[in-house]
Amino acid sequence: MTASAPPPVLEARDLHTYYGGAHILADLSFVLNDGEVVVLLGRNGAGKTTTMKSVMGLVRMRAGTVHLEGADITGEEPHVIARAGMGYVPEDRRIFGDLTVMENLEVGRQPPRPGAPAWTPERLFGMFPNLAEMRSRPAGRMSGGEQQMLTVARTLMGNPKVLLLDEPSEGLAPVIVDQMAATIQALKAEGLSILLSEQNLHFATAVSDRAYIVEKGRIRYEGTMDALAADAEVRNTYLTV
Amino acid sequence: MGDFVVTLLTGLSSAAALFLVASGLSIIFGVTRIVNFAHGSFYMLGAYIGVTTVQSIGGGAVGFWVAILLAAVLVGLIGVAMEVLLLRRIYRAPELFQLIATFGVILVIQDVTLWIWGSEDLVGPRAPGFTGAVTILGQRLPEYDLVLIAVSPLVLAGLWLLFNRTRWGTLVRAATLDRQMVSALGVNQRWLFTGVLFLGSALAGLGGAIQLPKGGADLLMDFNIIAAAFVVVVVGGMGSIGGAFLAAILIGLLQTFGIQIFPNSTLILMFLVMAVVLIFRPWGLLGRPEIPGHGVVEAPEAPLRPAGRSLRIGGALAMAFLLLLPVAHLIAPSLVGDFSLVLTIEILIFVLFAVALHFIMGPGGMVSFGHAAFFGGGAYGAALLVKFADAPMEIAFWAAPAGAALLAILFGWFCVRLTGVYFAMLTLAFAQIAWSIVFQWGEVTGGDDGILGTWPSDWASSRVAYYYLTVGFTVAGILAMRRILFAPFGYTLRAGRDSPLRAAAIGIDLKRHQWIAFTISGAFAGLAGALFVYSKGSVFPTSMEIARSFDALLMVLLGGVHSLTGPIVGATALTWLNDLFSELSYWRFLLGATIIALVLLLPDGLAGLGDSWAGRRLGLASPGSESGAGPGSGSGAGDREAPA
Amino acid sequence: MTALLEVSGLSKAFGGVRAVQDVSFAIEPGELLALIGPNGAGKTTCFNMLMGQIRPDRGAIRLKGRDIAGLPPHRIWRLGVGRTFQITATFSSMTVRENVQMALISHKNASRRLWRPAAGTETAQAEALLERVGMAEQGDRACSVLAYGDLKRVELAIALANDPDLLLMDEPTAGMAPRERIELMSLADEIVAERRIGVLFTEHDMDVVFAHAHRIMVLNRGQLIAEGAPSAVRANEQVREIYLGSSVEAGAASGEGAS
Ligand SMILES: Nc1ncnc2c1ncn2[C@@H]1O[C@H](COP(=O)(O)OP(=O)(O)OP(=O)(O)O)[C@@H](O)[C@H]1O
Ligand SMILES: Nc1ncnc2c1ncn2[C@@H]1O[C@H](COP(=O)(O)OP(=O)(O)OP(=O)(O)O)[C@@H](O)[C@H]1O
Ligand SMILES: [Mg+2]
Ligand SMILES: [Mg+2]
Repeated sequence: MTASAPPPVLEARDLHTYYGGAHILADLSFVLNDGEVVVLLGRNGAGKTTTMKSVMGLVRMRAGTVHLEGADITGEEPHVIARAGMGYVPEDRRIFGDLTVMENLEVGRQPPRPGAPAWTPERLFGMFPNLAEMRSRPAGRMSGGEQQMLTVARTLMGNPKVLLLDEPSEGLAPVIVDQMAATIQALKAEGLSILLSEQNLHFATAVSDRAYIVEKGRIRYEGTMDALAADAEVRNTYLTV
Repeated sequence: MGDFVVTLLTGLSSAAALFLVASGLSIIFGVTRIVNFAHGSFYMLGAYIGVTTVQSIGGGAVGFWVAILLAAVLVGLIGVAMEVLLLRRIYRAPELFQLIATFGVILVIQDVTLWIWGSEDLVGPRAPGFTGAVTILGQRLPEYDLVLIAVSPLVLAGLWLLFNRTRWGTLVRAATLDRQMVSALGVNQRWLFTGVLFLGSALAGLGGAIQLPKGGADLLMDFNIIAAAFVVVVVGGMGSIGGAFLAAILIGLLQTFGIQIFPNSTLILMFLVMAVVLIFRPWGLLGRPEIPGHGVVEAPEAPLRPAGRSLRIGGALAMAFLLLLPVAHLIAPSLVGDFSLVLTIEILIFVLFAVALHFIMGPGGMVSFGHAAFFGGGAYGAALLVKFADAPMEIAFWAAPAGAALLAILFGWFCVRLTGVYFAMLTLAFAQIAWSIVFQWGEVTGGDDGILGTWPSDWASSRVAYYYLTVGFTVAGILAMRRILFAPFGYTLRAGRDSPLRAAAIGIDLKRHQWIAFTISGAFAGLAGALFVYSKGSVFPTSMEIARSFDALLMVLLGGVHSLTGPIVGATALTWLNDLFSELSYWRFLLGATIIALVLLLPDGLAGLGDSWAGRRLGLASPGSESGAGPGSGSGAGDREAPA
Repeated sequence: MTALLEVSGLSKAFGGVRAVQDVSFAIEPGELLALIGPNGAGKTTCFNMLMGQIRPDRGAIRLKGRDIAGLPPHRIWRLGVGRTFQITATFSSMTVRENVQMALISHKNASRRLWRPAAGTETAQAEALLERVGMAEQGDRACSVLAYGDLKRVELAIALANDPDLLLMDEPTAGMAPRERIELMSLADEIVAERRIGVLFTEHDMDVVFAHAHRIMVLNRGQLIAEGAPSAVRANEQVREIYLGSSVEAGAASGEGAS
């Protein structure tokens, strides 16, 4: 965070988002540096999902700016933002139920991007072996956890540089959560920058470099994961662990 | 034998146009969830434009086919224009709302076609090289029929490859399921939709143009094909192109054979087949129940609140107006003429009818395309009592809703087992069956000539007295239905609409509740029908026809399906507009254009104006606030407020 | 004495997928039984068969001695079974309180009343249920705007409305913050102790499972592979390999390790 550092890969400044008249995000800012994994922590309804949706263009912000690799993407439509290299994995999965696993992956496919890892279905099956067994099963007929893996795989097919992962460990078996943690680390190693939203502090601690604590739509704390782990007071105040 | 084979082949060839139109309809519905009533109009345009392109290119061996394809492409472009200029602006509106927009398009296209090509039927050009006939087992069959028979399987194969073997097809199917997610994955869904509208419309245009050598072009083509096309789509299974293929053949054969056996009743045959198929296969021949996934996300409805101050004041004002109108009439007959009473009576009757339809459509989530069955059922019930039992009005007014309720109990028993568009189509089928019984059972119902002489009892025979009677019944009916919606029953109905899964898991026998609701709605529609009969002194089969059902649908949708005042506003506006334009030439164009304008300006329906204000107070986001396409600055919603 | 719920030989296949095969178990009143297993093991499918959303291919389900296999959900509910869903199902056009009122109205067999307004019915009891799950303040909010974790609590309140003898909870604490999880499960503990109902739940949060379950069953590819006290299941090699992984100790350890 020194002046000479390269520009952050994702930077959100002073976001304000409303659902109708309800002020959900107020003055929310964060940065994600190249190759970093950053987590948004916070209670139910704190505004983590809304932050991601605002960044992705799925919800209109009333004020604020978002820059992706220095380019202003504020107010762009979701497909433009996605093509600029942002991948979004929603918390409620939203797989295409009638389409097979392979077809779901095909929908996510985008041309390879310089500076970002390139994915193929085969590579992804290596990462999520469960999916490999059900290539031609309609996604609506998979269990909740299987669908969760498919959503991540589908987004990776777009070869993003930045990944927004909304509660990726939710609803996964412990072994798969381990796998997901390993996956996130592998993705990081491949050069992806990742913004997570989590309630599972163990998981967040295992994979992230830095954390922001969101409460009532505002950032209440910012620091490295180590600092947060050492600061019992902050955790007790905001995270109700 | 030869007779049979030739009839068979004729049936197959007539299935071609039907298949082309139905597959286009199915594709458009599948992706955009828009029930495109204007699809018949595209078919008609395909025929008219085809005549013109063949004339200008020349009907040579190559020219003819180029002209036919050109016509299809032009119609495809018209579909694109409809999408870009109209539908694209209202994708976020509640489901089925777009249906009204396509209604408007039908009306506009009718008058534009009339204006360009005139009212004469046009004879289609002949196809070079296929002008003769072949002889099969001693019977002659036009060569062109063989061409038509070959077209459907080719198109079917092409579409299958397109949707299952190309990236575009995969994206389109994904967009069918969750448009927002597709766009978050980097796909510009607008182009997908535009492409789909092009494809679907072009198929309809191709259907219209390719049947030219057989059928020519006329101004009734749109309505003639649309009913059949819907039947085909539903019998085949929504979204299944293979199903549409089978069903088109089935209906095509039914029509050609049916016309030989029952010359006057092919329509009823078709609807009868649909009813039977849906009863045994609730999702059509090749359709599947929807796999749970993320469907098209619709903005949730706001919780019901008791009438607020503005509604109470508005209601009181309306009531005062209704009560004082005859007084004004008596004082100043030159200012407030007899006609204003007549018009108000008519408006009130349709308001009651629309509120009855809304009762199941809004809170119940059951869209009926055939509610005229109960309106007409009540009307005929009353008229028959007068005709055969010489019953006085007082009795007929009880008998009509009771009769309509019985009809609703019967139809409802079959219908509530289905959901969504299938439910809608089955109601349509039953309504058509009821209509054709009334139409064809002349000895009892008087057929086309109707039943005359249904006049009110003496005490109610003056215009003013009957007016007050209508006001009384309509207002009482509306208040009763409103009361029911606020009672546990109404809540249960909405619960079943919101989440059938949860409703069942708290012990609610949903089908039974829906059945009761259907019956209540039918009874009130029947009451409206009785009011109608006595206001006119006669009844004709038109009170049961499709157009009447669609009018009611239009009223509910135009008013706003998510609001209890919607149907009242919608029925008033539409009845008044109908009356306003009915004397003018090109009234269809005017009405259609007005509807389109209203749809564009007020995508939440007329009553949506008031609702977005109410929604603000309830802390609900407006439908626009979360969307992938287009700006939605989010006008609804506010913080949670303490209850009053 | 018959068990509260007795399941034997339960099986279900979807096309070629054998989602549940020959599963047998029993629940006693006052017991909290956890059903765990990898994603896709068949847990939700089991739940759906118990509550009637899916008709089993084979097998018997006895509730208080009565065979309920194949009955529709609304009948099973009336026999005293409540349920929460993995993917929450609530009435989105109603407020939180109205959601609970609906369940109470149905419980009182009042859902066909046409005249008395629903607004005033069962409010006190609805309030009490919301109080229990900690949602009383949000009673007037529309269900459609709730955060996911809060929806889960509304679901629990709804499921408790008919005073069930058997409660089925499919991932009840998913989407909640750790402390809220503990609160919710303590609530379940209380209710079980108080009313002696039986609870069957699934969960992927092992802290919750091991802290609250009296007994654990492990399902894998549709088959029960282990069953017993938490400590026994935790020690089971096969369960560790296919399901728990390193998480039980390592997950907790990594949290501590970083500090
Ligand atoms: N469509 C909507 N309309 C109105 N309010 C909404 C809407 N969606 C969410 N909210 C409200 O916005 C707030 C923030 O919600 P958000 O989903 O961003 O929280 P979150 O931190 O992701 O919570 P969780 O951990 O439960 O996923 C909540 O109070 C929620 O009730
Ligand atoms: N309707 C269906 N048609 C076909 N297969 C299905 C259907 N429903 C579930 N399955 C399959 O059955 C298996 C069991 O699914 P189930 O939902 O019961 O898993 P689960 O144990 O609840 O998993 P999770 O923990 O991820 O929720 C899965 O492999 C799933 O893909
Ligand atoms: Mg969230
Ligand atoms: Mg499950």
